[in-house]
Amino acid sequence: MTLIDLLATRYAYVLFALLVGTGLYMVVSSPNLVKKVIGLNLFQTGLFLFFIASAYVEGGSTAVIHGEGGGPYVSPLPQVLVLTAIVVGVALTAVALALIVRIYSEYGTLREDVLREVRADE
Amino acid sequence: MSDVSLAPVGLIVLPLIAAAVALAAGVARERTGWAIAVATLLAEGGLAAWLANAVYRGRGEILHELGDYGRPEEFAVGIELVADELSAIVVLLIVVVSLGVLAVARSTGPRGNAFFGAFLLLNGGLMGVVLTGDVFNLFVFLEIVGLATYALVASDRRPDAAVAALKYLIVGTTGASLYLLGVGYLFMATGTLNMADLAAALAGNAAFVDGPLYTNTLVVAGFAFIAVGLFVKAAIYPLHAWQPDAYAEAPDAVTAYISALVSTAGAYAFARIAFDVFTPAFFEAVPAAAWAVVTLASVSVVAGSTLAVTQTRIKRVFAYSSVSQFGLVVAAVGIAVHPAASPDAARLAIVGAVVHLIGHGVIKGGLFVAAAGLARTAGARTLDELSGLGREAPFQSGAMAVLALSLVGVPPTVGFLGKFYIALGAVEAGIWPVAAVILLSTVLTLAYAARFLERLYFTPRSAAPSAGADAAAGVAADGGENTAADGGDAGVDAVEQDVADAPGASLGLKLALVGAALLAVVLGFAGVEFADALEPFVTEVVR
Repeated sequence: MTLIDLLATRYAYVLFALLVGTGLYMVVSSPNLVKKVIGLNLFQTGLFLFFIASAYVEGGSTAVIHGEGGGPYVSPLPQVLVLTAIVVGVALTAVALALIVRIYSEYGTLREDVLREVRADE
Repeated sequence: MSDVSLAPVGLIVLPLIAAAVALAAGVARERTGWAIAVATLLAEGGLAAWLANAVYRGRGEILHELGDYGRPEEFAVGIELVADELSAIVVLLIVVVSLGVLAVARSTGPRGNAFFGAFLLLNGGLMGVVLTGDVFNLFVFLEIVGLATYALVASDRRPDAAVAALKYLIVGTTGASLYLLGVGYLFMATGTLNMADLAAALAGNAAFVDGPLYTNTLVVAGFAFIAVGLFVKAAIYPLHAWQPDAYAEAPDAVTAYISALVSTAGAYAFARIAFDVFTPAFFEAVPAAAWAVVTLASVSVVAGSTLAVTQTRIKRVFAYSSVSQFGLVVAAVGIAVHPAASPDAARLAIVGAVVHLIGHGVIKGGLFVAAAGLARTAGARTLDELSGLGREAPFQSGAMAVLALSLVGVPPTVGFLGKFYIALGAVEAGIWPVAAVILLSTVLTLAYAARFLERLYFTPRSAAPSAGADAAAGVAADGGENTAADGGDAGVDAVEQDVADAPGASLGLKLALVGAALLAVVLGFAGVEFADALEPFVTEVVR
């Protein structure tokens, strides 16, 4: 399979790898705490895309079944999993932002390096 | 309602509902959280006893299909809850430790209903991790545990704790997401999420797969992601970075709780997936995976103990010590599934892993409670501040001494029993480096545990006049050895004597300490009972 074919038929998986990589890189390298959380979200979004892409069936329709037959349908299970994982992700983001608000109100900064200096001075 | 297969459902649902009740009750009346939590935990204790009785006395594995979707063509549609010999013992540990921590939290706080809400949420999450039979469901419960833990670490609103909690959140979420990615890979390779079905599909025993999938790239990559994700949760070196800060900055009662149970849940999840999903057959087909697990775990054992020796703050010593102890548990799992291990070696290693998992929970929880007691009574937060406290706070010091010796692995304590089984398994399997690592880590553990004993009993209090100090240290040393030798008995007497003269330590804290020290010693005599109770599970894994 050539690179062009790969991009034409498997672009969702390429995007997944890009999103996960970018997200992880943001978590590790950005000194800004809020951007770290955004990176975390990006990372998780990449994962969701991966699950959704795996559910795709060519020519498949939404898995809302009326009566018998009517297939093919896309696989509904990964979509349900992603729905659950999104809820988990939202809860995590909320807790992370609450902690960041507390940190900002105490130290007056969102930057990790400044935070380290401020805490070392105390 | 008399079907015991409902017990696992109750164990998960009860604390989750009670968490909401505690929050709601807090709006009407503050300070009702503790009572609600205790009532919930007592009810859970009943359910856990009922479940354990059924599991260990005849019924064996207990399975509950949520929603009763059935198994068309032999494959599960809904989520299954499974209680077997391994999960029942961890359920008991969770209930016992939770009750102990509640006894401590009554006096040390935090006290608000929100705290007890998060506490119960964490409890329900742990129960879910232990009882679920579905890998995606396991992810959800791991995240419930994670979320509740992040909130609990920051629950006294100190800014340092918030920084530690945020660090934990970022690392922990990344770990859980890697686990989820691994689950995605497995799902794509097999089309199922149920643990038993996954094992069958991986072995090639399903109609829709042709032959075993063990060497399939997706499956191997899935294992790698799952292992790394769960190692983050269990704080295996070098993925432990979140753990010392979180333990050190959390409120004392919270540290005791999460140190005893949260990483335990991560290590349990790894053991469950290695034993029941991938099974030893996978590691036989991919020996590199077994070597990687054993090597990483051994590095963690040495690195954790070495870092613990270099620390000066009490909570940090114990935190790094956990890195090493979980390394041991994971090493034992690695030995059990290692292709080089004979069935006998695997049996020993599995029993060792479980005993050490349970033993570490009891010991570490107890040690952090003792540290909390010493901090409250004498304000001691660093090793140096412990000087001479053996005399001033004989009760907390005695418990700390017993538990520290148990951590080192002095017989007849549970710390010894776990290490003994693991070392025996390693020797039997011919994996000598691990046996050497266990010996080395025991020496290093002795190095930091001995510093505690030395400071508590043999170093005079710096403020005390130098003339009387020697005598005082001598007397204290005698008293301490008695307490250590007699274990629980001396401790029980001490409860009655010390209530009046140690203002900072409440009855609840002392009861929890007695319980932990007693358990650490009594469980040390229960080697045969452990092995017997786990026998059906071990046989199923080893085949």
